[in-house]
Amino acid sequence: MRMYTIALAGNPNTGKSTLFNTLTGLRQHTGNWAGKTVLTAAGEFVHHDVTYRVIDLPGTYSLYSNSADEEVARDYIIFEQPDVTVVVVDATSLERNLNLALQVLEMTNRVVLCVNLMDEAKRLGVHVDVTRIRQKLGVPTVAISARNRTGIDELLEQVEKVASGKIIPQPVTISYSAEIEQKIKELEPHILRLLGTRFPPRWIALRLLDGDEKLLASLKAHLDTVAAPGLKEVVPHEQISCH
Amino acid sequence: MASTTIPLSEAKTGMRLVLTGINVQGVLRRRLLDLGFVPGNVIEVLQKSPLGDPVAFRVNNTTIALRREESSQIFGNILGGE
Repeated sequence: MRMYTIALAGNPNTGKSTLFNTLTGLRQHTGNWAGKTVLTAAGEFVHHDVTYRVIDLPGTYSLYSNSADEEVARDYIIFEQPDVTVVVVDATSLERNLNLALQVLEMTNRVVLCVNLMDEAKRLGVHVDVTRIRQKLGVPTVAISARNRTGIDELLEQVEKVASGKIIPQPVTISYSAEIEQKIKELEPHILRLLGTRFPPRWIALRLLDGDEKLLASLKAHLDTVAAPGLKEVVPHEQISCH
Repeated sequence: MASTTIPLSEAKTGMRLVLTGINVQGVLRRRLLDLGFVPGNVIEVLQKSPLGDPVAFRVNNTTIALRREESSQIFGNILGGE
């Protein structure tokens, strides 16, 4: 049976874990795991005879302030490359939430935007124009209330389409100042030569320009484990001298 | 009504300001931007702690407390008739 992996990303308290529980039928406790974050929860569900593995990423406002949670979320999206990343945003404070959504869209086009807490927004008199968000961002966008289980069917439909490749989202490209765009253009060919298309070259270029050393360290560690498994067989000197 | 640019650390409780700039670099700058301290954004001074530091600000519908160390490096124009 075909299996797809879905990552749930989003700000803290947007209802990711509620959605996770709704999808998987598990009882993952909601709460904060600040600091010592490991990938906290993974579950599965079956939809149209396809198994979906769901990963509940730590809630973060960003992927670049380099706190432990943010690194976990960022590294998962960039290195594990889930078939679909569902970005869960809070309908009552989109302005703050879309920051993370845009960051994810720079990393991958395999995104479904999930506007959660629609019941709460309605109560506050907030109207969310989902069609307009979809047009502006260029990715499937679904309004749901994970708590009331509304919109879940449509969410699954969009997830299925993106996972299977029936829809290939074309997310908006964020353009930077002329100076930065020029530097991106200079870096991209080098990145392509070194890394191929495994990682989005534009995104890597931006991280290089950002001087994000932690990301570069993660990238190096990732490449070492993937590219040179033979090195693991070398016994460290200390280990020999123990005997 | 000329607008005056002041650091957030000088703003009084209840004031609303349009941010004009952040004089912080690196990861902290990134963090402040992520939290909504973005030029053009309107923030409100909610309240000061008993010793005057940190101060709570309303940003993007969320309350964020900053110490003087940071708030003195963030600048804005006072909104309203003051």
